[in-house]
Amino acid sequence: MAELAYWEALRRAHDEELANDPMVIAMGEDIGVAGGTYKVTLGLYDKYGEERIVDTPISENSYTGIGIGASMAGMRPIIEIMSINFALLALDTLINAAAKIRYMSGGRAQCPIVMRTPGGTAHQLAAQHSARLARLFMGTPGLRVVTPSTPLDAYGMLKSAVRCNDPVIFIEHESMYNLKGEVPDEEAFRPLEGAEVIREGTDITLIGYNYSVHWCLSAADKLAQEGIHAEVIDLRSLKPIDRETIRRSIEKTHRVLVAEEDEAPVGVGSEIITGIIEDCFFALDAQPVRVHAADVPVPYNYHLEKLAIPDAKDVYQGALKVLGKV
Amino acid sequence: MSKIDRKRLLREMIFFRRFEDRTFEAYMERKIGGFLHLYSGQEAVATGVLEVIQADRGIGFDYVITGYRDHIHAIKTGAPAREVMAELYGKETGSSKGRGGSMHIFDPSVRFMGGYALVGQPFPLAAGLALACKYQKEGRIAVCFLGDGANNQGTFHETMNMASLWKLPVLFVCENNLYAIGTAIQRSTPMVDQYKRLAAYSIPASQHYGQDIEVVMEAAQSAVDHVRSGAGPYFLELLTYRYRGHSMSDAGAYRSKEEVAKWVQQDPIQILAKRLIEAGELTEEEFKAMEQAVQDEIDNDIVRFAEESPEPKVEELTKYVLEDKPNPRWIGPLEAQGGGHG
Repeated sequence: MAELAYWEALRRAHDEELANDPMVIAMGEDIGVAGGTYKVTLGLYDKYGEERIVDTPISENSYTGIGIGASMAGMRPIIEIMSINFALLALDTLINAAAKIRYMSGGRAQCPIVMRTPGGTAHQLAAQHSARLARLFMGTPGLRVVTPSTPLDAYGMLKSAVRCNDPVIFIEHESMYNLKGEVPDEEAFRPLEGAEVIREGTDITLIGYNYSVHWCLSAADKLAQEGIHAEVIDLRSLKPIDRETIRRSIEKTHRVLVAEEDEAPVGVGSEIITGIIEDCFFALDAQPVRVHAADVPVPYNYHLEKLAIPDAKDVYQGALKVLGKV
Repeated sequence: MSKIDRKRLLREMIFFRRFEDRTFEAYMERKIGGFLHLYSGQEAVATGVLEVIQADRGIGFDYVITGYRDHIHAIKTGAPAREVMAELYGKETGSSKGRGGSMHIFDPSVRFMGGYALVGQPFPLAAGLALACKYQKEGRIAVCFLGDGANNQGTFHETMNMASLWKLPVLFVCENNLYAIGTAIQRSTPMVDQYKRLAAYSIPASQHYGQDIEVVMEAAQSAVDHVRSGAGPYFLELLTYRYRGHSMSDAGAYRSKEEVAKWVQQDPIQILAKRLIEAGELTEEEFKAMEQAVQDEIDNDIVRFAEESPEPKVEELTKYVLEDKPNPRWIGPLEAQGGGHG
């Protein structure tokens, strides 16, 4: 069992999948000679050559479309988009083409692409480099949306995503690339569906995805010091959502909080809480709470940015609210 | 080109004209819904270019992709006309099992990779198909049909840049029918000659008369030779005209009667028929008999098949959104052991 950083785990998944299947290629800006903005493809250009590790011009919509076209002809492209903000330029090919081609061809064509991109706020990157946008993709039929929060999931879910025959939106986080975690030495896969209870508890369920999972874990630590046992769920996949795991947890804890970095209106939490109302209304002993970003473009100023984006403290305080302790 | 070929191509163009006219009638009878963009007037382009491209079936089909005016491209590529008509009727036997309709005909069994209703979207998809052709080294190319209006989209410029940079084996066929929906070309771009725009991307390009199938085929042959040689993309601009409005909801009032009449005088079917009759390869009677036979085939076989086909099953509404039976190892359920957080 090796300890790998999130970026190293992704790099290893690329390496293994490129070695496994000659139809796998990677495409994106600066991923080849330069080794990738977050080092995810570091060294792979030298190992696999320019036909497999394709440096693209800054043309997100069309290079994503080229990946989609190639996937229709049997290739398995991993398309890197440097920031999820830039993925907006590729929404036409992702939402109007990749997501719909299987359906509008009556199942006769398919687009097995993976679109990898970091969403989230890092440090003072301001409005045009701090978007999250998970909610945008989870509202689109025909896509899978996954949000790995650990090196193990980053590694095992990317390998699964490459082998999946559906288009997969693979959302990373700029603040997670250096996060370390254990990854087995032997090859491993992690499935693209299914939430996971990553910490058992009896008093409240904290639900997170991607980076917000880590706020939930640290809030759970703080709550534990006060004798409150929080259960933590890592959603892992936003499309489809594993409502069964959420239901089982709430039937045990009877209280729930959803932590998201997306903004609230039409956010991930809106969907999760709607599902909770539908599935386990009578199991709830308290009103659910969502912790979310402020409905503002992310400000540059350090203090304002802190205010706009939630963190572990907000999850902790939100949990106290659910528990009726504030 | 042999005498037989010329007669067959004439019959095909008559078939395509009658096919579209019949869909017009079925639309008026409310048997076809949605949008319907007809190809009448432009037959020499799809017929000529695809005849050249797929003359050599030794390597199997090349990839073909197009926009929303796609019925004839699909049929000429090899999609059964019955299935294309059934798709327009929204039937389960349709090319896309009734899920796509007029604008989304697909038939991957002949490498017809779809009609798309976002203007300009097929440019990058075509380049992607070509990227796969180049990588897989099986000698295939990709062919992308699009109208002149598509050339004002960003995808045109982005894709031409990459296709040229990477020398992708892709033939872009610009069907310049002088209108982007209802806007005349000189009102949407200062560069009316579309082929000249390709100089910016170092892509060889040329402009030809698209109403004479023999001119189209000669131009297409040299363009295809260029692409097959590995020299990179080629952009073929063919001047043509659609007789009807942009779609069924467009009466085409933005065009003068004189202009339409001028182009109807340059009908691709009449041009070829007249040539064959003057050369003694075809009589007037044979031409009329050919038209009648085509009409009978469409009415008695193609339309009948569509009308008698079943509707899609309601319980299959959500089929084809994702893969039906994905490998559980990659997809789920989550393994019981080995949590992500150690």
